[in-house]
Amino acid sequence: MLNSSLKQLSTQLAQRKISSVELAQFYLDRIARLNPALNAFVTVDSVKTLEQARAADAQIAAGKAQPLTGIPVAHKDIFCAKGWLTTCGSKMLANFVSPYDAHVVERLNAAGAVILGKTNMDEFAMGSSTETCFWGPVRNPWDRARVPGGSSGGSAAAVTARMAPVAIGTDTGGSIRQPAAFSGISGIKPTYGVVSRYGMIAFASSLDQGGPMAKSAEDLALMLNVIAGFDARDSTSLERPAEDYTRKLAAPVTADRGKPLAGLRIGVPKEYFGEGLGSDVAAAVEAALAQMEQLGAKRVAISLPNSGLSVPAYYVIAPAEASSNLSRFDGVRYGYRAADYSDLPDMYRKSRAQGFGAEVKRRILIGTYVLSHGYYDAYYLKAQKIRRLIAQDFAEGFKQCDLIVGPTAPSVAFGLGANASDPVQMYLNDIYTVSANLAGLPAMSIPCGFGEANMPVGLHVTGNYFAEADMLRAAHQYQLATDWHLRQPAGVE
Amino acid sequence: MSLSLQQVKRVAWLARIEISEAEAEAAQGHLNDIFRLIEQMQSVDTEGVAPMAHGQDVVQRLREDKVTESDQHALYQSIAPQVENGLYLVPKVIE
Repeated sequence: MLNSSLKQLSTQLAQRKISSVELAQFYLDRIARLNPALNAFVTVDSVKTLEQARAADAQIAAGKAQPLTGIPVAHKDIFCAKGWLTTCGSKMLANFVSPYDAHVVERLNAAGAVILGKTNMDEFAMGSSTETCFWGPVRNPWDRARVPGGSSGGSAAAVTARMAPVAIGTDTGGSIRQPAAFSGISGIKPTYGVVSRYGMIAFASSLDQGGPMAKSAEDLALMLNVIAGFDARDSTSLERPAEDYTRKLAAPVTADRGKPLAGLRIGVPKEYFGEGLGSDVAAAVEAALAQMEQLGAKRVAISLPNSGLSVPAYYVIAPAEASSNLSRFDGVRYGYRAADYSDLPDMYRKSRAQGFGAEVKRRILIGTYVLSHGYYDAYYLKAQKIRRLIAQDFAEGFKQCDLIVGPTAPSVAFGLGANASDPVQMYLNDIYTVSANLAGLPAMSIPCGFGEANMPVGLHVTGNYFAEADMLRAAHQYQLATDWHLRQPAGVE
Repeated sequence: MSLSLQQVKRVAWLARIEISEAEAEAAQGHLNDIFRLIEQMQSVDTEGVAPMAHGQDVVQRLREDKVTESDQHALYQSIAPQVENGLYLVPKVIE
């Protein structure tokens, strides 16, 4: 059961070999046993979960089951879920019980999925290690002295330790893909605008995108089928016809035996294999590229000349948008309010000083500065122009290839506290992932081997706009030929 | 460029975040490290490049000017720090 795919679980539910209540209870028991050491979940409410599971069982009994009916899903604590504590990893929202559902939550509920709990995260999704949370750090199930990556580290650890069959995360600069890589699971950030941001607590609105984190590409496709789609309540949601993301998973019938990826051109950017990349990660990624060639893909050398500027541009744009978005936390309508203050401005200043953690304050200060009078052109506008150059690099690259493949992160998961006192070092973890957010492109990470200290390595796959189904096919075919995605850490049986 | 302690305090004031002397000093070091990273942007010529805010060529959607939400103020105010008679309470603003 621990390694069952969503499809297998769904079949078992449909055949009444297991009930949704039993399945939910199975995972709730695992959470109770494993979570104290890992801290992946911040809120579990078995009463609510089992109530939803009973409703799912009734749907199944009535013959009204959909593909995800009765499947427990862990939600990153950034998604508002009605009646659930939704804290975004912050003291600021430590008492915030959401009065409404996010679009993603609404969709999953309507599909019959069951909310298993809320997962830990970097405060307001600002981090690459899940150490900045008000609720304490999450530990990597492969090595509890290491971080799970971030900011969706709780969701990653939940799936890795099989405390949930699947989870939802968000990705502003790599927050789904880097923890997926560090934790040995699969995760996809869709094309910007494909998944509604409604009810997803905003960090940097022009970059934020929700997406699934799972054991396999096939599971990701099933999840995307439910959470993707137009929503008028998100002004950047794209109006497109519904898509079946599983439709291309199988090899084309015309494909030669053993060459399911024949005709696929994979672009390998030379900039992604330079200084800063760990030799262990490079070796695992090279082996994965060789495997994909064996499956019929053709390797093409490409260049993304401005990729070195993605982190500097990101650390202007993301904090700028964050400083604006987080101005709503003022201690008036919801969230934390300081106990003592002299007047209204003092109440704002004290509530925000006490409610936000150090990294969040740092980013608000950067953002406030770059947007302040006299600096807008030099920073924000300059970064938005570099953003265009980065998008143009990708457009050139996709003239020569179908998918761009490289490492997800420069190293395997680092130790807890290793980068805690050096923000710049922490930011450089995002070097291979932020470009996709800046350009608005879909990107994913899948496990492709192990590096230093037997820690998982992630393979990063970027597609052109709306190429999710092609990316998922390549990943699925790779996973049919390999078993990296089925490996699980010791101690979580 | 590098931020002075005075500038750090000024930015914190603009951001409505109370900051102690010690916090301002710690923030100054980190912020200047981050701005050194950001300065790398200046190495590329962006003359004539149009700024980009969204990957697709989209325009802001407009909707009909009519009420679409139901009144849920009691529910929404149930999570507020301080409410009275349907109003959010804050310290006195006008003496």
